Amino acid sequence: MKLDLILRVGTKLILPFLLIFAFYVHFHGDYGPGGGFQAGVIIAASFILYAIIFGLDAAKRVAPQAIVERLVPLGVLIYASAGLPAMIFGEGRYLDYGVYGHEFTHAHEWGILLVESGVITTVASTMLAIFYAFADRGTR
Amino acid sequence: MITFIQGVLLTLLAAITIAIVRQRNLFGVVILAGIYSFLIASVMMVLDAVDVAMTEASVGAGISTVVLLAALHLTGSREYPPAHAALLPLFVSAVTAGALIWGTAELPKFGVSHAPIHQNTAPKYIEDAAQHKMPPNMVTGVLADYRGYDTLGETTVIFTGGIGVMLIMRGRRRKSKGSDAKSKSRERSA
Repeated sequence: MKLDLILRVGTKLILPFLLIFAFYVHFHGDYGPGGGFQAGVIIAASFILYAIIFGLDAAKRVAPQAIVERLVPLGVLIYASAGLPAMIFGEGRYLDYGVYGHEFTHAHEWGILLVESGVITTVASTMLAIFYAFADRGTR
Repeated sequence: MITFIQGVLLTLLAAITIAIVRQRNLFGVVILAGIYSFLIASVMMVLDAVDVAMTEASVGAGISTVVLLAALHLTGSREYPPAHAALLPLFVSAVTAGALIWGTAELPKFGVSHAPIHQNTAPKYIEDAAQHKMPPNMVTGVLADYRGYDTLGETTVIFTGGIGVMLIMRGRRRKSKGSDAKSKSRERSA
């Protein structure tokens, strides 16, 4: 356990930057490389790193398994329902982002961000749920 | 220079593949597979596909290494030598590999702009993206906007995969609880 010290302190130093980088990748996906998928994986990776260094129980206190598993379908729901306003208020074309603003670029940036939020939710929670499922089997 | 870097990366890829095949310690195999993913990510960087490189580095080298290590924790990390010489699988692999390599002879040269894949919808996306003042990262524009339906499908695939893994890995627990209850009731009846 003494040897863990460097890993523990190092992890604590890295974690906030990892999470900020993940959200940078998410919100900056329109301009730089990346997007919801990559950001979701980075978020999941930061939680997995936390679980590896500080133990599975500590990670489950931060991100409870029940919530993580409910976020998996929620992301798909966010994505799927992002297309509905276009059908109700717009010209009836599903996933047409024109309804999110008056100017084309602006509206489509909002639409992409909304859709990517669904992707980030599903990807991050799925990766973490899979890790929990494997780690649970190992500790029993 | 790019050709030289690619040559080095692809040579390393081949060396690591041979090492993975020859390695009997599965822990070593998982680590080598992680290195393989990082090398592929570097190749993607050289090809200017930064989005793909990012995904490969985070999923291939990060998450899947962790999941494979967790699986090794459950199964043990030694691969037992096969009981008999695997001549039939070797033959099938050799024939399949031969057919695939033979198939690549007909393909257009790598990176050629007049290949069919660059002639179909890609030019329209590029023109429209500039015309409509889409967000500067065209990859995101194509993924989330022009191809919004496809990405919805991909998200559903990830969702389905996650649910499947959870059912397989956690379903056993409920069953064992059930068998516990059964054995308890058996004890009670006995």
